[in-house]
Amino acid sequence: MARRSLLLVANALFVTAAALLASGVLRAAPPPSRLLHQPAPEFVSNGIDGQRVDLASFHDRVVLLTFWATWCAPCQVEIPHFIRWQRDLGSQGFQVVAISMDDDAAPVLALARRRPFNYPVIMGDEQLGTLYGGVLGLPVTFLIDRHGRVAAIFKGESNLNSMKSRVVKLLAAQ
Amino acid sequence: MRDGNSASLLRAAVCIAAAHPAIPVRSLGKVLMPSRFVPVLIFCAVLAALPPHAVGQFAPTPIGATTIPAAQLMQAPELVRLLNSSDPQPLILQVGSRIFFAEAHIRGAQFAGPGSQPAGIELLEKTAASSPKGRLIVLYCGCCPWNRCPNVGPAFKRLHELGFTNVKVLYLANNFGDDWMAKGYPTDRK
Repeated sequence: MARRSLLLVANALFVTAAALLASGVLRAAPPPSRLLHQPAPEFVSNGIDGQRVDLASFHDRVVLLTFWATWCAPCQVEIPHFIRWQRDLGSQGFQVVAISMDDDAAPVLALARRRPFNYPVIMGDEQLGTLYGGVLGLPVTFLIDRHGRVAAIFKGESNLNSMKSRVVKLLAAQ
Repeated sequence: MRDGNSASLLRAAVCIAAAHPAIPVRSLGKVLMPSRFVPVLIFCAVLAALPPHAVGQFAPTPIGATTIPAAQLMQAPELVRLLNSSDPQPLILQVGSRIFFAEAHIRGAQFAGPGSQPAGIELLEKTAASSPKGRLIVLYCGCCPWNRCPNVGPAFKRLHELGFTNVKVLYLANNFGDDWMAKGYPTDRK
């Protein structure tokens, strides 16, 4: 009887999972953009703190390049994680670089005052978005390996545990 | 519950609990007999598969995208058909990021400012002001996953308040890039 009940519970879970899959909850990620496994496009810009940010200068590091905005709710969820990862993994060669797609800097500066970033934040624009294959939805995060190649792309509300696992693997890779 | 995914998961869990509110745990095995459980499973499957707006609950905020009535949503293929027809063209307003609009936008669309910000609402009012109240207006944003979009809800509400009677909101499940551009729909690029 117990075995039969377990079987029925498994069936119930399968049917529910199938329904959720149909509803989009467990939908697979959209296809990766053309930048996957390609050299990350380089750029130089000034951070909101006035410091020069040159992506090429991070080529020996694993870079998490994230496009975000203050009005993007999923982005707000990610920020504390990125701050923590930068703090904990920075010494291993990890570097977060954030590109705000806000239309103006005021809300970004206000957020930075409330929640200081421990990584460079620059203001993005349409040229930078286009350079990265057309950033037309947020958040989108590119993981760049130590050789400057795009190793993974995370779009939308991502599983942050998976993202961190990829970061750790890239840090361990030579 | 602030997003549709969580809402769907919660709906699935809640509906099972609601369907059997008085079942003690020790009798769960008995309840899970196929003849009694299958109808519940089917009900839950259908409920979980419904889009959030169809269920009309778990709205994230008073002005979230999911507050927009389902009847006022327009699907992308419907707008594409309209754009490619000789029918009177709608006024298409992008109510999201100016940067995204500059990168790419729906053919013929105008930038009307982010609906989540006062300056955006002000620009929206100016942009729509010269249009007849009954003209078809299609709002869209696509900045983030639908349930997270902060812009279309306030923009739709404001146009409704101003007396526009034929306002539709383009449903973009993930974002403009994935749900419009990547499908090759009519786009103006920078």
